Amino acid sequence: MRIVKDKIALSAAVFASGIILVAIMAPLISPYDPLSIDLDSLRMPPSLQHLFGTDNKGRDVLSRIMYGARVSLSVAVIATVVSMSIGLSLGLLSGYLGGKVDAVITMLIDIVMAFPSLLLAIGISAVLPPGLYTVIIALGVVGWASFARLMRGTVLTIKGLPYVESARALGCSGYRVALWHILPNALPIAIVVASLRIGGFILAEASLSFLGLGAQPPMPTWGSMISSGRGYILSAPWMVIAPGLAIAITTVSFNILGDHLRDAMDPNLRV
Amino acid sequence: MHAYILKRLLLFIPTLLGVTIVTFFLMKAVPGDPAAGMVGERAPKEVVERIKRDLGEDRPVIIQYIGYLGLILKGELGRSYYTDRAIAEDILEKLPNTFKLALAATLFATIAGIILGVVSAVFRDSFLGKTASLIALWGISLPVFWVGLILMLVFALILHWLPPSGMGGGALIYLVLPASTLGIHSAAYISRITRSSMLEVLSKPYIETARAKGLSEFSVIMKHALRNALIPIVTLIGIDFGSYLNGSVLTETIFGWDGMGRYALDGIMKRDYPVIMGTVLVGAVVFVAINLLVDLSYSYLDPRIRTERKG
Repeated sequence: MRIVKDKIALSAAVFASGIILVAIMAPLISPYDPLSIDLDSLRMPPSLQHLFGTDNKGRDVLSRIMYGARVSLSVAVIATVVSMSIGLSLGLLSGYLGGKVDAVITMLIDIVMAFPSLLLAIGISAVLPPGLYTVIIALGVVGWASFARLMRGTVLTIKGLPYVESARALGCSGYRVALWHILPNALPIAIVVASLRIGGFILAEASLSFLGLGAQPPMPTWGSMISSGRGYILSAPWMVIAPGLAIAITTVSFNILGDHLRDAMDPNLRV
Repeated sequence: MHAYILKRLLLFIPTLLGVTIVTFFLMKAVPGDPAAGMVGERAPKEVVERIKRDLGEDRPVIIQYIGYLGLILKGELGRSYYTDRAIAEDILEKLPNTFKLALAATLFATIAGIILGVVSAVFRDSFLGKTASLIALWGISLPVFWVGLILMLVFALILHWLPPSGMGGGALIYLVLPASTLGIHSAAYISRITRSSMLEVLSKPYIETARAKGLSEFSVIMKHALRNALIPIVTLIGIDFGSYLNGSVLTETIFGWDGMGRYALDGIMKRDYPVIMGTVLVGAVVFVAINLLVDLSYSYLDPRIRTERKG
């Protein structure tokens, strides 16, 4: 296993699985109820009772971060899967069929990519009723285009390889060639790119909920925690620092793992 | 070359039409009535109807869209529902602010990114190089709005070295925090691309030739390697600059910067449709135009691309 040799990648893997575990087990391991308001302990600095302090409503910051991990990770993973599925199917169609289908899909990609991505995500989240589904839809709508462009290129390359020609010569139907011969060879690249995107989606979800467009209160999210700590940044900086570190460590871990996966699977993709 | 530019410009038109269609119909499809929003939900029906008529909202959607396109062709983007100010004028007022911030952020990102990238490529096996790579990795993983708040906390609220927010009537010192916040992601990307581009170039035979000629290592790296490694970096800088010109929603909001991003966000939050459509349209035009420029400069920098396209 290469990953064991690479200390940085190994610690990233440990952190990432730790965060996933925390997200899954939050109801069991969080020291306090993330929603219970305690007016006697408003904005308490970090202590043994409250490791990361309490917020402006006396809620335990650590418990809120643990529950926030659930939102962050599930939104990021679902958004990645959604945008990858759309991007993969359209990219496959476009690259394999060519002609008019290709022209239409390429144009759709160009249009979506002409939008500044965060602005488009904000726009979509603002017009739909706020909540988790809206964030996922917004990130999926914004994210599929670059996947599709990459997949189209990959499929075009694979299509020209000799083994595809032999499959055709053997009498495989177009449908069979696309699904059984081209897709499996395009999939590893898609998975690598997807793993590199998870970090970006975590940041995007945090940005949306920072602007109040994500999951709605009282549900804790990392972005909204930072947003509500903004007004107390000098008197209670832990309200901003702790959730920000949670975002940073999670994103760094997933980015390192993505890099590692890319290098292990295909060194040519190295950026 | 001219034919190539012309072709790219023509391809620009359907993309822009697509952008207007997407924005326009997205805004029309949404729940929530801006006319009712302006006067409050309990306003009498007649008042709401009259406002709708004034806004032209009682006409069929297609007619409204064609009317909108007509306005754009005249260089107008309509008026804000709330302030009744011409959006084109508002945008012309905010664009220079955003331009200034984008320029400063790009400058910061380019200098910091290239230095970091060169260091991590040249010293790749040592502690210094590994640290530089790790800094770049953290740079792409930090949430922009959080970096902005922490920088503000440390340098403005605790140390009092820099102003926390606002534009200070154009004083350069007000640019430092927002520009470094905005530039941090792109600095990290630039450093990663610089690193891999440098590593590739450093393994080329002409670098060995330069060394064999007895040139100093500094001159080999700066003159022979970096210059040739710059092409992919230029592309990245251009694209980032284009996206900054759309205004950075988060950075501008945190630092109270009166630019396009904050204007757009304000429009989105208030459901001020003409403002949203105007900013997104201008943003997309700028973005696509910059990409076109980057593409053209690319073929200027690398003659091989030019000949490929001719052939």
